[in-house]
Amino acid sequence: MIGGLFIYNHKGEVLISRVYRDDIGRNAVDAFRVNVIHARQQVRSPVTNIARTSFFHVKRSNIWLAAVTKQNVNAAMVFEFLYKMCDVMTAYFGKISEENIKNNFVLIYELLDEILDFGYPQNSETGALKTFITQTGIKSQSKEEQSQITSQVTGQIGWRREGIKYRRNELFLDVLESVNLLMSPQGQVLSAHVSGRVVMKSYLSGMPECKFGMNDKIVIDKQGKGGATEEAAGKSDLGGSGGGGGKQSIAIDDCTFHQCVRLSKFDAERSISFIPPDGECELMRYRTTKDIILPFRVIPLVREVGRTKLEVKVVIKSNFKPSLLAQKIEVRIPTPLNTSGVQVICMKGKAKYKASENAIVWKIKRMAGMKESQISAEIELLPTNDKKKWARPPISMNFEVPFAPSGLKVRYLKVFEPKLNYSDHDVIKWVRYIGRSGIYETRC
Amino acid sequence: MEWANQLCENRQFGSKMTDSKYFTTTKKGEIFELKAELNSDKKEKKKEAVKKVIASMTVGKDVSALFPDVVNCMQTDNLELKKLVYLYLMNYAKSQPDMAIMAVNTFVKDCEDANPLIRALAVRTMGCIRVDKITEYLCEPLRKCLKDEDPYVRKTAAVCVAKLHDINAQLVEDQGFLDTLKDLISDSNPMVVANAVAALSEIAESHPNSNLLDLNPQSINKLLTALNECTEWGQIFILDCLANYTPRDDRESQSICERVTPRLSHANSAVVLSAVKVLMKFMEMLPKDLDYYGTLLKKLAPPLVTLLSAEPELQYVALRNINLIVQKRPEILKHEMKVFFVKYNDPIYVKLEKLDIMIRLASQANIAQVLAELKEYATEVDVDFVRKAVRAIGRCAIKVEQSAERCVSTLLDLIQTKVNYVVQEAIVVIKDIFRKYPNKYESVIATLCENLDSLDEPEARAAMIWIVGEYAERIDNADELLESFLEGFHDESTQVQLQLLTAIVKLFLKKPTETQELVQQVLSLATQDSDNPDLRDRGYIYWRLLSTDPVAAKEVVLAEKPLISEETDLIEPTLLEELICHIGTLASVYHKPPSAFVEGSRGVMHKRLPARTGSGESTESPDVGTAAGGSAPEAAPSIIPSQGDLLGDLLNLDMAPPTTTGPPPPNTGMQMGGMDLLGGGLDSLMGDESEPPHVPPRTDILRSPSPQPLSPVYTHTDYTYTDYSHTDSPPDHSPPDHSPTEHSPPAELGGDIGGSPAMGAGFGAAPAVMPASLNAPVGGGLGDLFDLGGGVGMPMGAYIPPKTVWLPAMKAKGLEISGTFARRAGVIQMELILTNKAMSVMTDFAIQFNRNSFGLAPAGPLQVLTPLGPNQTIEVSLPLSTVGPVMKMDPLNNLQVAVKNNIDVFYFSCQYPISMLFVEDGKMERQVFLATWKDIPNDNESQFQIKDCHLNSDAASSKLQGSNIFTIAKRTVEGQDMLYMSIKLSNGIWVLAELRVQAGNPNYTISLKCRAPEVSQCVFQCYEAVLKN
Repeated sequence: MIGGLFIYNHKGEVLISRVYRDDIGRNAVDAFRVNVIHARQQVRSPVTNIARTSFFHVKRSNIWLAAVTKQNVNAAMVFEFLYKMCDVMTAYFGKISEENIKNNFVLIYELLDEILDFGYPQNSETGALKTFITQTGIKSQSKEEQSQITSQVTGQIGWRREGIKYRRNELFLDVLESVNLLMSPQGQVLSAHVSGRVVMKSYLSGMPECKFGMNDKIVIDKQGKGGATEEAAGKSDLGGSGGGGGKQSIAIDDCTFHQCVRLSKFDAERSISFIPPDGECELMRYRTTKDIILPFRVIPLVREVGRTKLEVKVVIKSNFKPSLLAQKIEVRIPTPLNTSGVQVICMKGKAKYKASENAIVWKIKRMAGMKESQISAEIELLPTNDKKKWARPPISMNFEVPFAPSGLKVRYLKVFEPKLNYSDHDVIKWVRYIGRSGIYETRC
Repeated sequence: MEWANQLCENRQFGSKMTDSKYFTTTKKGEIFELKAELNSDKKEKKKEAVKKVIASMTVGKDVSALFPDVVNCMQTDNLELKKLVYLYLMNYAKSQPDMAIMAVNTFVKDCEDANPLIRALAVRTMGCIRVDKITEYLCEPLRKCLKDEDPYVRKTAAVCVAKLHDINAQLVEDQGFLDTLKDLISDSNPMVVANAVAALSEIAESHPNSNLLDLNPQSINKLLTALNECTEWGQIFILDCLANYTPRDDRESQSICERVTPRLSHANSAVVLSAVKVLMKFMEMLPKDLDYYGTLLKKLAPPLVTLLSAEPELQYVALRNINLIVQKRPEILKHEMKVFFVKYNDPIYVKLEKLDIMIRLASQANIAQVLAELKEYATEVDVDFVRKAVRAIGRCAIKVEQSAERCVSTLLDLIQTKVNYVVQEAIVVIKDIFRKYPNKYESVIATLCENLDSLDEPEARAAMIWIVGEYAERIDNADELLESFLEGFHDESTQVQLQLLTAIVKLFLKKPTETQELVQQVLSLATQDSDNPDLRDRGYIYWRLLSTDPVAAKEVVLAEKPLISEETDLIEPTLLEELICHIGTLASVYHKPPSAFVEGSRGVMHKRLPARTGSGESTESPDVGTAAGGSAPEAAPSIIPSQGDLLGDLLNLDMAPPTTTGPPPPNTGMQMGGMDLLGGGLDSLMGDESEPPHVPPRTDILRSPSPQPLSPVYTHTDYTYTDYSHTDSPPDHSPPDHSPTEHSPPAELGGDIGGSPAMGAGFGAAPAVMPASLNAPVGGGLGDLFDLGGGVGMPMGAYIPPKTVWLPAMKAKGLEISGTFARRAGVIQMELILTNKAMSVMTDFAIQFNRNSFGLAPAGPLQVLTPLGPNQTIEVSLPLSTVGPVMKMDPLNNLQVAVKNNIDVFYFSCQYPISMLFVEDGKMERQVFLATWKDIPNDNESQFQIKDCHLNSDAASSKLQGSNIFTIAKRTVEGQDMLYMSIKLSNGIWVLAELRVQAGNPNYTISLKCRAPEVSQCVFQCYEAVLKN
């Protein structure tokens, strides 16, 4: 198991050092600094073995988090834990920075004592932790409160406490998708996938039992065969505002769920039921590859004129309903290292050559569907005797669109709270779809 | 504390009081001040002071001097302060054990506190204080906490048992904590179950044979129930534990799989990977024709692909695991090639891993796409990545025959870029392509030759030279090209030198008329001017080969090479199986068994995939048959280890440094080219009596006119050879006293020669082979080269049987052991040759003997100081004593040996010649001999015949004396010599012998008399062995 956990600043000075196992000594702290942080070459692996001691590290801004062990630990677990540790710290004191860590070092030690025992990760849900690890000192707790805390920390529903009350029961669903694309210069899709998340913000009283439904192909097909079912009733409940057209159902390649979702039930019936944590949680993540709506198409044209000039023309075409607007559009056209000057002409938006980033950045605030726009640039190059050809990095794009490129639609989210007297109809529900660019690249 | 100073500046930004100020104290007398503050009456001040102490501790300052003062702050109602004090205690208790005892009372009291959080905190902290005295006090509170009404306390106590076990395992067993821990598996709270499972699993690891976890269908059921309810971490503990279980049959296996598959949808990647591990393992037991089996295979792919959208570090872990899974069950991801395409912004470690998997998944169906991608990658910036991409194109060509042409043309395109490292890498892979498709793409040679000048890396130069040598007949200016390399011969690396030597010899054999001068030049460069024994030896062998029999030389050097196999760099099946059992863990990231990087007893236990059970047995379909591996050890020999070295070995390209080139495995049919010359070829030259015509007697050559083109070469050889044995020879190679006049025993010679690393078994066995070939024509041939001639047949020197293979690599996961016994200066030596034929490095060797007839036991540890790399060979001499435990064996000279390394323990038995036990003071007084002879009853006398021995009695006598068989008297009666001899065994047993030698009769008669007649048979065998060798 994890033998120790160290946090360093960018210089390699230790900010936090917590050792859990006897086989990890103080020298491990230095070994990591010398061999990884101060290493002359860029680190080639997130797992490093130094003198039979393994170091796992992740970096957040300029802070290094390193877990150390001498055993054959579950490596995936260690990284998941480090990420979780970052989440917990962020939830407690915001951004992970040297200053914040120093300001909260007592808290961090307290957290580390709680969420890692003898190197075994323990309950690390912030919701539960915040009930008994606080920055403002320990509240005096009644006996009931204490046992409530412990049963929550260890309980089946470790992510929610009992007795939550809201005057207005409300929930927000965000379907956030990032669409990834790799396209050849000829416009052939080399790979494309959507990775999406359903983020739920709920302000519900009691211990609400929820059921979530979407236009999952497997479920829809099953219903089609089996005739009308209870779910049909929820159809009108929540409508999606799809962008690409009326797709009935989508094929989900794979999905993962927050730990509140009953996985065995999903496996057996493909129904998503759960008691949500209070506040915000990421209910599910999913991935689709079939029938993706690619919101933009990038058509590049790069021509080398002699050895000292490049002509670049890039056309972008939006590909969704004309009534919808895409926002925050940014096209990044890489330029060679030996660029000496750039002249840009664009029809829409603003374009600038950023020498420090070796790219022409073209920004468009808004663009409606089924439109196209164009930029052309002349790049002047300094003559070099460097034999190596310019690697021509791909043209990348950023944008945000108000629909789900995968075609996913929320069909319903039903809430039951058997003990309290509010019903599904009393809950106010909001759904929002946001499609963003992930890695959206076109080679040129 | 530099940053602490800097903090002062930071503070002015925040108006609120922050904890960072505790890092700012750097002034002198700080400890003293802290002491005062700690003893302050004000609570707040105390707390501040403790915080300062902890801050100092964090940055590595020694604040242990404050121990008593900090411990004094422990008794407090303030939980935050208490936690800080505990933190301090955990750090310093070990250095101040006496004072730590002061804390015990508070701990014990806290364990009784009404607040469960405090009870848990106390028991958690106490377990972290590794002081014996405190541990004693821990037992009672721990016992109570294990049965606490609050689950939070119980789950903490469960982990505490593991802590205590780490400090004092015996105590945990004596106190019965293990049973309590086992009971917790049935606890109503899932988190308690999970922690109990984690604790038990850890404890079980250090007791590999204990049945601690006692997994049975009932307990498995409990675990599976808890799996649905506990935290994500608990699920990981339980799944990892489940993976150690072996279901009774396929039905149980299926039902567990069914209950584990929902975990594949968990958001936590570690849960997913652990579930994959359980499924991969239990799938082994499912019959392949089962519908469920197919369903399961389909279910595995999507979650694995999803892992690739995790954070890069996790992607890396996932990719390393997918690499294993793809090797084990290629069918799972065969349609998922695209997801492994490299993204421009992937971290380099993700890129390299993706590339690896792309090649593994490459098939005829997707090769076009893969090639297009690889070509793209070859223009990227990162040199390592580009190299790997180029190499990958070559591997695609070898793997998918239909694509070979396209790959070759892609490589040619890349060569046109003239980017130095791309060109070099391309040439290295093109050489491999030639080996796979001979006589198909030689048209590209011209292009390759154009780039000759730009090659500056040894591997690329060697590859190019190999190509020129191999296709010398088609390259008009091959001689010029090779000659150009020859100019800077001594500046080249060994691998290039060796390759150049071989290539020029090939050239000579193909175009003998024009290249005589060249071959002479290279031979003399290699033999005369080089300090490298490998190079010199290879030079001599070629030289000798060319001078004695050019036809044989042609057969050896220009032998047809077998095609290289498609799949390179696969992980050896046994290792792969073990790694599959470790999916998700560090072992799967390193691709090494845990024993390779974990110290101590933990993780030494080897995990295996379960075997298919009988009930649902079905015939395996052939396509998966080989991939299944579980029961396919026959697949092992066809596997080729890591790419570079191994291809090199196969090709005998010397791509690897010479020290790693082991002796060729006997009878694999893979030995050829240069290696063959060193190993098998040499054997046939030296020892194989059945084919004497191959090697005409050297004297014959001297007298008979030699074939015209060879004669200059030959005379040169002769000169060099004499020169070699008389003048200074390199010290590491032949024994110090090697001049023919001084007679060193052959045994020593054998040992010393074998000791030269690269010669390995090839020459190690030489002394044994030599005597046989002595009478054979080669007499002064190669043997002389190594100065063996002088030693063989010497009157002195104990008989040493030839080395035999005691433990074949097949039986020992790649470790091959051959060896013999020798007696040197009164010390019995076990001489071992260890060869690593596996692909992982072997370390931690140790040896043990079973009890045996003469109490033989190792007198020291097995001295294998450096890890034994793949294909490496090491010779070890192990001194033996005769004071070990005694047990009579059958046969008497049988010895059972156990050899351990980091991989496993292996057992074999061997027989030692009893002459090893003949001591030096075994010469009896004549009178004593007579008396003893008479004294031993006639029943104890046994008679044997030694046939076909052509020595006269004197020669026999002196020969025997070398093995401590002493002639006491000699009598001649009617032309028959009677030799009386005595032998003393190491355990004091005397053996008396009468040897009758009739002149002209090759058959000897021997009578042995001994009080322990059992030994007679063995002693006779020794006589025979000594006299005949």
